Amino acid sequence: MTSPPAATERQAGPPTPSLRAPVNLVSSRAIDFWTTRALLGWLVPIGLQVGILFLASTASHRGANVGVLVATALLATAHLAVMPRWRFRVHRWEVSATACYAQSGWITQQRRIAPLSRIQTVDAERGPLEQLFRLANVTVTTASAAGPIKIRALDSAVADRLVQELTAAAGAGDAT
Amino acid sequence: MTSDAPPAAELALPLPAVAWRRLSPRMLLIHPVREVVRFIPALVGIFFAGGSSQGGGHWWSLGALGVVLVLSVIRWVTTRYQITAQQVQLRTGLFRKRIITTPADRVRTVDVTEHALHRVLGLARVSIGTGTSDRKREALVLDGLSTGEARALRSELLHRAPAGGPWTLPTTIEPAGAETELARLDPTWVRFAPFTLSGVVTALAVAGFAWNSLNQSHITAGDVGAIQTALGQLRGFPVWLLVVQVVLGVVVVITAFSVVGYLLAFWRFRLTRHPGGTLQVTRGLITNRSTSIEHRRLRGVSVSQPLLLRAVGGARLTAVATGLRVGRGSERGGTVLTPPAPLAEVSGVADRILSGPGAEQAVRASLIPHPRSALRRRLARSSGGWLVLSLVLGALWRWAGWPMLLAGIATGALALSLALGRDRYAALGHAVFGDFLVTRYGSLDRRREILQIDCIIGWNFRQTIFQRRLGLLSTVATTAAGRQGYRLDDLDPDEALRVARAGTPGLLDEFVVWR
Repeated sequence: MTSPPAATERQAGPPTPSLRAPVNLVSSRAIDFWTTRALLGWLVPIGLQVGILFLASTASHRGANVGVLVATALLATAHLAVMPRWRFRVHRWEVSATACYAQSGWITQQRRIAPLSRIQTVDAERGPLEQLFRLANVTVTTASAAGPIKIRALDSAVADRLVQELTAAAGAGDAT
Repeated sequence: MTSDAPPAAELALPLPAVAWRRLSPRMLLIHPVREVVRFIPALVGIFFAGGSSQGGGHWWSLGALGVVLVLSVIRWVTTRYQITAQQVQLRTGLFRKRIITTPADRVRTVDVTEHALHRVLGLARVSIGTGTSDRKREALVLDGLSTGEARALRSELLHRAPAGGPWTLPTTIEPAGAETELARLDPTWVRFAPFTLSGVVTALAVAGFAWNSLNQSHITAGDVGAIQTALGQLRGFPVWLLVVQVVLGVVVVITAFSVVGYLLAFWRFRLTRHPGGTLQVTRGLITNRSTSIEHRRLRGVSVSQPLLLRAVGGARLTAVATGLRVGRGSERGGTVLTPPAPLAEVSGVADRILSGPGAEQAVRASLIPHPRSALRRRLARSSGGWLVLSLVLGALWRWAGWPMLLAGIATGALALSLALGRDRYAALGHAVFGDFLVTRYGSLDRRREILQIDCIIGWNFRQTIFQRRLGLLSTVATTAAGRQGYRLDDLDPDEALRVARAGTPGLLDEFVVWR
């Protein structure tokens, strides 16, 4: 999350607090993972259009079909080039002695903070594609239904250690 | 069913056996009557059509009625409940047996409802709420205790004395003198009834029921003489007069329904504080409803002012409590603290309910407005779509010969949406007063949410790309109470951090840098 212009161009005066980003980056394989996942998503509209072009298109519509296909391909290329790297720069996490803090998103960015003493469940989850890249998502929930903290695309081993650490920290207390 | 013996031994707890009880036998009178009422449309059909037209269809429904009556008796026979110091258990069902167990220390609300029939027979329906998992099937409902038993049960569950041991059902009613009254219905408050939407909902429900009944009874509205003559007379009037008549008629009907609805729901409304540590809301004209909320679970209040109610200076108060999610419509019953009433009265009640430093300011003081750039975002969100639509339809009217009416409607909607956006911005405000976080937002449904800061768990901060460019940040304070998250939309990021640090002291310190 970029800090607002007002904070960076501040004149000399009493120091003001601002929230820094969490320290840890997610696994570097996350870029490949996000690229692959987005590519699989784009293959559907592109595949359909190629199918129409070769099987069902008439001469009069061919030009329009090719145009839409090229536009889709350009959009897909831009998305694949920008999104994974942008995401990788944003996604960060940190666990301190008392709190769990994570940042996520790309166009819309979020920061979520919860105290370790109020953690209720810690959950590590790996989809098939994530297993391929040896990645895992960790979800931390509190007694509030509003916004569990999700740390995505962690290295599998790091995720396991994190789950153990958080579970141990969450063990004590009532947490409501 | 294998055996009717009380399975007290199955409880793996060192408890003396406590008798399983049945609901009051007077429920045997209520169930059949209730089922008959449900079948009234079919009976009306039999009365009018004589059941001759379509073979034996109506006899089938009569047969079904008989089956339903038998089932209601079985329901009474198979329903038993047991109350110990540790738990409340309910067993129901003949073919599908269910045992519902609720640990006594999980009980958060006790709702005692007396419908008209119940009141005639001196019975009450006790619904025991255990918090977030309150779905229809999981709530523990004892339908049909005597009123004395119901009240004793409520005071026992909520004002639990530390004494252990087997619990016996006292038959005495709790002493009434010990409670403090916080609010009571003033009959002049009924003037706010037409400015709630309840009248519209009731009118629609009644119209739907009437339509359904007419259909089931095989009467065609056009065949009834009175309606035919009325329609004949209406045909003679000019159109504008018809429109005026219809609008006036709808307004009168909705007003009447909302006033009746208000009286039905809130007559004899009282909000009291009990020394045992509960707030109790008693209300209802025909159905008598009494809800108790444990005071230690109350985490704040929400003053809600929907647009129409706000226009006439009214407001409503609901509770923010842990394990008591804010429901919609009739489900909201559990959290109502006052009916629609003058804002000053509602603020007074809120003030009396909340305790701790800052309570008075949290209810009444003016809030910190949000940055001016938040107005731009509100307007973009409320009017952006309408602006594009008006431009497109305007262009189509000008160059493609589309009807002007469409473009006109879109432009009218654009004007309304601009007013809405401005009002939304005017609503935005927040503050931290002593022990309380206050946030206000919304136009059609404006709320001032007052939350104890010690129940805030954590924070979510969110920025869209547009918010980053405008230097705005939306914040949600997460909590286990009420709506689970209370939002502060479009703050200055520095101010958001200040509020978060004040709301959860120490939590963010490690992640803060000083510049």
